[in-house]
Amino acid sequence: MLQTTALHRRAQVLQAIRIFFSERGFLEVETPFRIPANAPEEYIDPIPTLSWQLQTSPEICMKRLLSRGYDKIFQICRCWRSDERGSRHLSEFTMLEWYRSDADYHDLMQDCRGLLQYVADSCTSDSCFTQNGLKIDPHQSWQHFSVQEAFLQFTKTEALDSVKNGLFDELLTAEIEPAFEKFKVPVILQDYPAQLAALARLKSDTPDYAERFELYVGGLELANGFSES
Amino acid sequence: MLSVADLKKGTKLILDGDPYVVTSFDFVKPGKGQALYKCKMKNMISGSTLDRTYRSGESFEPAGMDERDMEYLYKEGTHYTFMDQQSYEQVVMEEDAVGDAKNFLLENTKVAVLLFGEKPIGVTLPNFINLRVTQTDPWLKGDTSGSDSKPATVETGYVLRVPPFIEENELIVIDTRTGEYSTRVKG
Repeated sequence: MLQTTALHRRAQVLQAIRIFFSERGFLEVETPFRIPANAPEEYIDPIPTLSWQLQTSPEICMKRLLSRGYDKIFQICRCWRSDERGSRHLSEFTMLEWYRSDADYHDLMQDCRGLLQYVADSCTSDSCFTQNGLKIDPHQSWQHFSVQEAFLQFTKTEALDSVKNGLFDELLTAEIEPAFEKFKVPVILQDYPAQLAALARLKSDTPDYAERFELYVGGLELANGFSES
Repeated sequence: MLSVADLKKGTKLILDGDPYVVTSFDFVKPGKGQALYKCKMKNMISGSTLDRTYRSGESFEPAGMDERDMEYLYKEGTHYTFMDQQSYEQVVMEEDAVGDAKNFLLENTKVAVLLFGEKPIGVTLPNFINLRVTQTDPWLKGDTSGSDSKPATVETGYVLRVPPFIEENELIVIDTRTGEYSTRVKG
């Protein structure tokens, strides 16, 4: 039975994502892969092509559409990032990116919640995701941690201190992400130190932190989202 | 020099003066964060293992390795002496570095010696080697214990299980990769 191959499941998931967004009034768009320059990111390196670059994400072009009045858009496209290879990374990969105007990161978290539930319902027999043998149910209430809480609970250090002494990424991958593997629901890690969320809106009550989040399923980081000012 | 992005399973590099081989390698990168390279490495001399995490931009000295055909000459205490088949130079290796190969080394055995710079750090034996049985109990015809093997000592002092029909002074073939009996040498 060919229906069970990974390629068939992948096609099913892509189709479910397209239905989810178009039913909610998002317009599917396509933007150039090869662009003059990407938005600068400290730790993301583009692959050059002649004097231009391959996109590391469709961010720049999609924001241009947003500014032209296309207020709910999504895209599923190839992206390229130099020198990324590992069990969870490839230099060429497929990205889903969506934007909506007049919304903040809470709305985006709701989008993530709706999307995972819809994909699980349409593509799995038990409406759950399975990662490393563990069932993860997107219909139960999700686990939320602020970055500050996660650092205190799983690393016994202050998040802002670990940014200062350059250990933030190491502690995150060595202590916090493995701890997320045990949750049977998706996990949202939110409110990043402001230095680590360049374009994100600062939280009005605690301006050391910004309105940025990452979504994890079974310890696997699936999405990054933030409010923009 | 090697950059951290050049590392992969099997890469040999020098750390604190010792040669290491990368036994597992993974690239991790938290959302928008810094790339980290998680390495497990094995010390090629002592066999001890290390876990290290590197960041991009770090660089390493590759460990230059050379394998040469040599002949085993003799042992003195814990020192094993080999002779290079081409230059006739002699090299001395510590018992630790010889490892399990010591069970199968007879004088004049041809081997390949792995060198790190001038330092010999390992021996590769032929896959099969002939050794004479120096001691084994005779097979009792009436033995009904059902045992299909018995212990035997060979001329290097190594003890292994052999079939019951093997007798003292017989030449047997041993697979040096497993240390097990393979067959007997006829004639």
